[in-house]
Amino acid sequence: MKTIFEQSVNGRLSPFQKDNEGTDNNFLPGELTRKSPPDLPQMSELDVVRHFTKLSRRNFGVDSNFYPLGSCTMKYNPKFMEQVAQLPAFTELHPLLPQLKGAGLYTQGALEVIYDLEDLLCRITGMDAYTLQPMAGAHGELTGAMLMAAYHHKKGNHKTKIIVPDSAHGTNPSSAAIAGYDVLTIKSRDGIIDPSALKDVLDDQVAGIMMTCPNTLGLFETHLSEIVDLIHSVDGLLYYDGANLNAVLGRMLPGEVGFDVVHLNLHKTFGTPHGSGGPGSGPVGVNKKLEPFLPISRVVRLDDGQFFLKYDYPDSIGYIAPFYGNFAVMLKAYAYILRLGREGLLRVSENAVLSANYLRKKLENHLHIPYNRTCMHEFVASAVNQAEKGVRAVDIAKALLDKGHYAPTVYFPLIVKECLMIEPTETESRETLDTFVDDFIEILKQAEENPEFVKGSPQNTPVTRLDEVLAARNMKLCI
Amino acid sequence: MPYIPHTLQQQKEMLEVIGIGSMEDLFKDIPRDLRAGNFHIPPGKSEMEVTEYIRKLASFNSTGLKSFLGAGFYDHYIPAAGPALVSRSEFYTAYTPYQAEASQGSLQALFEYQSAMCRLLNMDFANASVYDGGTAIYEAMMMAVRQNKRKRIIISADLSPIYQAMLSCYTKNLHLELKVIDHNHGLAAVQDLEKAIDEDCAALIVQNPSFFGNIFDYSDLFSKCRELGIISIISVYPLLQSVLKTPGEMGADIAVAEGQSLGLPLSFGGPYLGIMTCTRKLIRQMPGRIVGRTKDTQSRAGYVLTLQTREQHIRREKATSNICSNQSLCALQALAYICLMGPEGLSQTALKSMDLAHYAASKLTSIEGVELLNNAPFGNEFALKLPINAYDLIGDMVREGYVPGFPLSRYYKDMENCLLVACTEKVSQQDIGVLCELIRGKLNENNF
Repeated sequence: MKTIFEQSVNGRLSPFQKDNEGTDNNFLPGELTRKSPPDLPQMSELDVVRHFTKLSRRNFGVDSNFYPLGSCTMKYNPKFMEQVAQLPAFTELHPLLPQLKGAGLYTQGALEVIYDLEDLLCRITGMDAYTLQPMAGAHGELTGAMLMAAYHHKKGNHKTKIIVPDSAHGTNPSSAAIAGYDVLTIKSRDGIIDPSALKDVLDDQVAGIMMTCPNTLGLFETHLSEIVDLIHSVDGLLYYDGANLNAVLGRMLPGEVGFDVVHLNLHKTFGTPHGSGGPGSGPVGVNKKLEPFLPISRVVRLDDGQFFLKYDYPDSIGYIAPFYGNFAVMLKAYAYILRLGREGLLRVSENAVLSANYLRKKLENHLHIPYNRTCMHEFVASAVNQAEKGVRAVDIAKALLDKGHYAPTVYFPLIVKECLMIEPTETESRETLDTFVDDFIEILKQAEENPEFVKGSPQNTPVTRLDEVLAARNMKLCI
Repeated sequence: MPYIPHTLQQQKEMLEVIGIGSMEDLFKDIPRDLRAGNFHIPPGKSEMEVTEYIRKLASFNSTGLKSFLGAGFYDHYIPAAGPALVSRSEFYTAYTPYQAEASQGSLQALFEYQSAMCRLLNMDFANASVYDGGTAIYEAMMMAVRQNKRKRIIISADLSPIYQAMLSCYTKNLHLELKVIDHNHGLAAVQDLEKAIDEDCAALIVQNPSFFGNIFDYSDLFSKCRELGIISIISVYPLLQSVLKTPGEMGADIAVAEGQSLGLPLSFGGPYLGIMTCTRKLIRQMPGRIVGRTKDTQSRAGYVLTLQTREQHIRREKATSNICSNQSLCALQALAYICLMGPEGLSQTALKSMDLAHYAASKLTSIEGVELLNNAPFGNEFALKLPINAYDLIGDMVREGYVPGFPLSRYYKDMENCLLVACTEKVSQQDIGVLCELIRGKLNENNF
């Protein structure tokens, strides 16, 4: 398909261009202006609309396809959330308005959304305070690691290391490193953290541990209490990566069980869309120990019920975002939580776990499942047996695309060979799950009987298998 | 329950397949003592109730204000087709395009976005976005530190103070030295910057137009940087780049921007768009997602995420950045905006905004006691010196429905009387006339 640049026609007027209005520039001397106008597409509005519409048809999304992408919680994104997030009274608000004298009055609705959502997230996770500023999960992780650093600094602790289990979420090591820590990886045993492996590396240099619970194998960390005690015994802190919170909504509250800092992915657990890779939102919750270090500004409620921005937190880590975070995303998550309420959230975790276990059981006789016990919201399968015939996890993934399903997460976590991480979410019907199982089993049969056919997939997508090596070598990154 | 399709009968059958007796048994791996104690969340509401409630909250915000507030975030008109196109659920309900063959729409659009950014800023390469303009500057700075292994960063004080605050937050534990070179009446002190750079510096960071709205040509300074092995970083206002001398023309190594002005609503601070571009030699240091063009098995062109060995999921703690989800949909929206406006539409909008700002400046400075902070060229924003406190003036005028600008004292000491005024194509000469009359009136009340 042609790029939009190749469809441009010189001299074609944009509908947002006045042909009687010159582009003379009387304000600036020539040395401050660009030599020639940027070579950007010249299109009619219809041509632009048609181009984007064509592009959209070359995409799988939750609205069009089952999307069992493990650890990504690709649940349905209710439409009314999009609608409320587009209310002009929110979209037109300038973020600096509440920082002006007397103008906070004009943003009370937006500030209340922030205040209220923070409160709801506290209740959902058992934490004492939240910041909604982090703009994605990894941004939340970095914020969390910075909060841990600030805590230790304040206490005069000399901590240099953060422990990251090999079953933790993929961004954790990098987030800890960027916050200035050395990363210590510990190996899991039977798919979960082994307290004795933790003991082996634990010393007073350990700032804390970043855990994903349930972990990326979809397993609950059953030694959690012991881990909490161990880490706290060296004045370390426990970080809860909330990528997999969907599994335990209302069943386990990270704050209650001993986690000191938590990040959530509103674009996973709370139904806001992923947008082809963002914008997300990664709020960070803390307990009392870490509250003084939260980023500024913070929204507080005065006795008269008014909301305002407070900056006077001398121990705060400062500004991790220009303003209050990805506000429009928060607004959607807020609507989602209000809509579902307590019962709804409990049903989410229940049905997410039900569906994952149902898929696991339906597939267990056809595919190797390395940790085949009751899983949480997702499970990891392995294509090791198929790989003997030359059919790898990636081939199965591509064959699933041909059947109209997006693929599971492949090759992550790194601790399972040829792995396929499958997360159905609570919003998929049993009929969809059954179709997926039938198609999956058929692919596995083909892998046995006609491996070349599976390796030749996908064939039904807009392009066939793409050459990633060529892309990296050619570095054709723009035209 | 909303959005959960399983019937009671199906749940029962599914439990049978799994081989357990009840829904509770699904959670048997959670030890008893770790089970939730309190879960006090209000009961759910209908879609209609939630919508009405949020509409009510929205009504507590005021949308009727006539605003001259900018400070890096601008209220430009957004053509309806832009949001309509990114509202296609094939884009917004997709994940990061890991399975390229089923994500060609997003991938090609991001490739086109990267291309558009390179063309707009005259740079070699772009990534597929970071969170915002501030994190883009931080990431650019870290690219420089990795590239030349130096620790000192020189920052011009007319870089947005919002971003300066973010930089100092992000670098607290990284043993870097951030050195801010003071401005001179709102102008970058180019000679002081030149004096401050030496062979120990990793990067120089400047902004154009500056936070005070002034426009510079940094070509000479950047070429000095190059001689000294310093990475030059410039943060720009992308819409105005349709007119202004480009980072590429100035010889910048890295050009970044807050992309909000390219068709994204102000939306109370986000989601916005962090634009990052660089020269060819720095591409391996680039953080985040990058889309590249390749071929399929039938030699047809297609797109994939590429150069992934830089990234967190492969490199783990040695990655160029931890960024994973970014602002893809905002990047798509910026691309749609650029295509709808066309190059002429963009520059007409930029010039119209600048024209109105110059009109406003001349009208406002005709008020006795009001003058420009400096006489350097500016774009669509300028700093005024008033005879009274700007913060208080704003407080008075907001009550009358006018936001006259941003008080520079919020971030700069000794600037209590300075007001930063922005214009976009959405204000009219008439609005500016009313603004002048209101300010004149306030000054009279204060006996000026």
